[in-house]
Amino acid sequence: MKIVVCIKQVPDTNEVKLDPVTGTLIRDGVPSIINPDDKAGLEAALTLKDSIGAEVAVITMGPPQADAVLREAMAMGADTAYLVTDRAFGGADTLATSTTLAAAIKKLDYDLIITGRQAIDGDTAQVGPQIAEHLNIPNVSYAEDIKVEGNSVIIKRQYEDRYHTVKVQMPCLITALGEMNQPRYMTPGGIFDAIREKQVTVWNRPDLDVADEAIGLKGSPTKVAQSFPKSVKAAGVKVTLDPEESADYIMERLKEKFII
Amino acid sequence: MSLQDFKGVFIFAQQVDCQVSGVSFELIGKGKELAAQLGTEVTAVILGSGITGLADDLAAYGADKVIVVDDPELKEYTTEPYAHAVYSVIEKYKPEVFLFGATAIGRDLAPRVSARAKTGLTADCTKLEVDAENNNLRMTRPAFGGNIMATIVCPDNRPQMATVRPGVMQKIKKIQGAKANVETFNPGFTKDSKYVEVLDIIKKISDKIDIMDAKILVSGGRGVGSKENFSILQDFADSMGATVSSSRASVDAGWTEKDQQVGQTGKTVRPNLYFAIGISGAIQHLAGMEESDLIIAINKDATAPIFDVADYGIVGDFSKIVPLLTEQMKSAKAAK
Amino acid sequence: MDFTLSKEHEMARTLFRDFAEKEVKPLAQEVDETEQFPTGTVVKMKKLGFMGIPVPKEYGGQGCDTLTYAMCVEELSKVCGTTGVIVSAHTSLCAEPIKKFGTDEQKQKYLIPLANGEKLGAFGLTEPGAGTDAAGQQTKAIPDGDDYIINGSKIFITNGKEADIYVIFAMTDKSKGTKGITAFILEKGTPGFTFGTKEKKMGIRGSSTYELIFTDCRVPKTNMLGQEGKGFGIAMTTLDGGRIGIAAQALGLAAGALESTIAYVKERKQFGRTIAQFQNTQFQIADMSMKVEAARLLVYKAAIAKDTQKKFSLEAAMAKLYASEVAMEVTTKAVQLHGGYGYTREYDVERMMRDAKITEIYEGTSEVQRMVISAAVL
Repeated sequence: MKIVVCIKQVPDTNEVKLDPVTGTLIRDGVPSIINPDDKAGLEAALTLKDSIGAEVAVITMGPPQADAVLREAMAMGADTAYLVTDRAFGGADTLATSTTLAAAIKKLDYDLIITGRQAIDGDTAQVGPQIAEHLNIPNVSYAEDIKVEGNSVIIKRQYEDRYHTVKVQMPCLITALGEMNQPRYMTPGGIFDAIREKQVTVWNRPDLDVADEAIGLKGSPTKVAQSFPKSVKAAGVKVTLDPEESADYIMERLKEKFII
Repeated sequence: MSLQDFKGVFIFAQQVDCQVSGVSFELIGKGKELAAQLGTEVTAVILGSGITGLADDLAAYGADKVIVVDDPELKEYTTEPYAHAVYSVIEKYKPEVFLFGATAIGRDLAPRVSARAKTGLTADCTKLEVDAENNNLRMTRPAFGGNIMATIVCPDNRPQMATVRPGVMQKIKKIQGAKANVETFNPGFTKDSKYVEVLDIIKKISDKIDIMDAKILVSGGRGVGSKENFSILQDFADSMGATVSSSRASVDAGWTEKDQQVGQTGKTVRPNLYFAIGISGAIQHLAGMEESDLIIAINKDATAPIFDVADYGIVGDFSKIVPLLTEQMKSAKAAK
Repeated sequence: MDFTLSKEHEMARTLFRDFAEKEVKPLAQEVDETEQFPTGTVVKMKKLGFMGIPVPKEYGGQGCDTLTYAMCVEELSKVCGTTGVIVSAHTSLCAEPIKKFGTDEQKQKYLIPLANGEKLGAFGLTEPGAGTDAAGQQTKAIPDGDDYIINGSKIFITNGKEADIYVIFAMTDKSKGTKGITAFILEKGTPGFTFGTKEKKMGIRGSSTYELIFTDCRVPKTNMLGQEGKGFGIAMTTLDGGRIGIAAQALGLAAGALESTIAYVKERKQFGRTIAQFQNTQFQIADMSMKVEAARLLVYKAAIAKDTQKKFSLEAAMAKLYASEVAMEVTTKAVQLHGGYGYTREYDVERMMRDAKITEIYEGTSEVQRMVISAAVL
């Protein structure tokens, strides 16, 4: 069985802080990690490798430094790695990104494609289903658990208040939830192999069969008009009110913040 | 085909088990506003099996028109028949805007449809406006883990699609006895390799959540006073779908469990909302929760250091305030 | 000379740090209070190959280098001195001598399970009457047919009772002095090999420190490690490598205490400001940081020397001596800078201070290290 796992290198947005003076994001020194949902997808693939001998390929679209997440994935046990990188692919929204990735994946053999549900920087959850659309294969999102049965995958598909057990024929695409599993650690030997022994296949623009109008900025129907920091936390407010007023005060604040 | 050929604000009216989801009404409310600015109508598109009766609900919350796609293939949500139906609606009716709830369904359906329609999709919008200059939709959403806001436009493709966070937009006041202007539509469904099989449906029963995973924590300290008093906090937490945590003092006193402890020798938490109730705010406790997005503190002692980190500090007796909060919270949830 | 770490070493550090933070740190206090050997953690480390980092793949190891191994011990020790020494004693003192001096049969039988995590290792040299005077071995091994019969005892043995495989030393010919000592590989469960007292210690309290007792313990000649009479040399060479592990442990303890202290002084307020804003604190932190960095450079240099040079005793002795003294100094200062809170068990620094003390003593006291260094230099 052949599995392709799409992973993304993202800044650890849990560690990002706002500059208290300028109100802008401090991106320097923020560690880069494998997107958590993607890592869970990778772990699911590696578990299938352990149990049924699947071959696991990892692929990422990004700048040259995204090589690091491919190495980490190989140090965890992935067999082959592909880096899709070119200035021409830059500035892409999810449609152009998914088009580019689909064009790359077309060059590989696959039974199952796994992506993370969403990335912690973009937070859109769109690329997975869009890749499936470009490849004309079924997709099941929000997978909490997957099992392989013959030529099908049985998925525990999460909704807000329930699960569906879904059966889908391969080839298919699944988007994985971070809570699916606990991704394994790398091993020291795995790291040395990933850096010293293994190769990352690099695909640039000429390597992909895809139209110029469909990739990068040109291939992106959505554009960022403006971006601005969330309002910086002002100094806290302290009030002394009677119990009813206190409760009202708190409810008002919660409404303001869209918590209720 | 030019952009001018696309007219109308459409919303995907999500329904589950023949009940319209709350977000659908919110989308109609917002859609109505946008439609007015664009000089057009808001149409609710509802998919399912045996759902024609739901059309009036949608009209009651402001839908000018309802398109009903009723077919056995649509009984339970699965990606392909739903995507095919929505895409066919777009092909036939050519809306300029199509809104979806950013739900477990919407966040799967909308991307698939947008790719099929080769148009732009903006996720998890918290704000939608019409640009008066060019009538384009301006869609604002959080990014970077919620650390920044971005405003997105889709100037050259139609429809302009967006998923919208539930609980953000306003639904209008219900119009009693409203009757829907209904159009039925069925594009025909042919099973292909993209169709999947739903083998089983399991409804969830809520579990005990790890405090580190909870989005809202109601945390109590020495000031809570007793194990019995913690039930006041538990009631409040239940009313909000929140989880109870505590400071070390409460654990040591036997009022709470060790796995609920927040702080230096407990767990570090970063919930969206942290209630610090009867917690003084000693440095060891702060170490475990100061990264919470929003901190609301209730404490009798106005000089308690917790007020230095709280966004909103209420000086008062929690045993009087929190039960009132629980009441208000229950009513607010019921009204939804 | 390029002081930047290679990609693989940086990635390895990230791995060890992640593991230490997530798996080891949450248990450190409990392990110390209950004096329980962290069996669960050891099982996890075995699965990830942490117990065979510098051992070649053909013998079940990870095929990395001594520097990677030292970084592992460093990162583990940053959060838990006990866990660091378990890996160090197993790797440097048991796996390493078998790798270096063992026959191919011995490597197949013992090195592979040690490296791949099946079995835990230990080293028994110290006796009640033979500490720094290691040559004063009383434990005897008398040949008898195809075996040796061993009588005697060892004390203060790290991983004692928990370990499955032991490299021990005994006198085979008293008349020859240090040239009459021989090394043996012994398995737990061998008749006549029992355990005595478990030591109650000041620090590294979760480390299993036991007395080993040999009563007419029969060991086949095929379990002799290296040649008869060559044991002392094997012990000394082994300890050279072990010193790098202990230096890494000391480095980790110092670095962990420094990190905790930096975080604390930025939070703690007195006289209307954080104590980090007082120059006394700043100067102390400056000195501590410099010493930790200097210790790190000596440790890493010794680790690299072991893999690239024939002799590395001098580098190892300097690293162990300096890192252990820095560890004691930095952890003590850490407690001081934490004030009253630092003395309570709610904070980690008092444990780190208690853990640090042993690094100045075992695997060659600081006095022994000074003997080694002066002998090399004068």
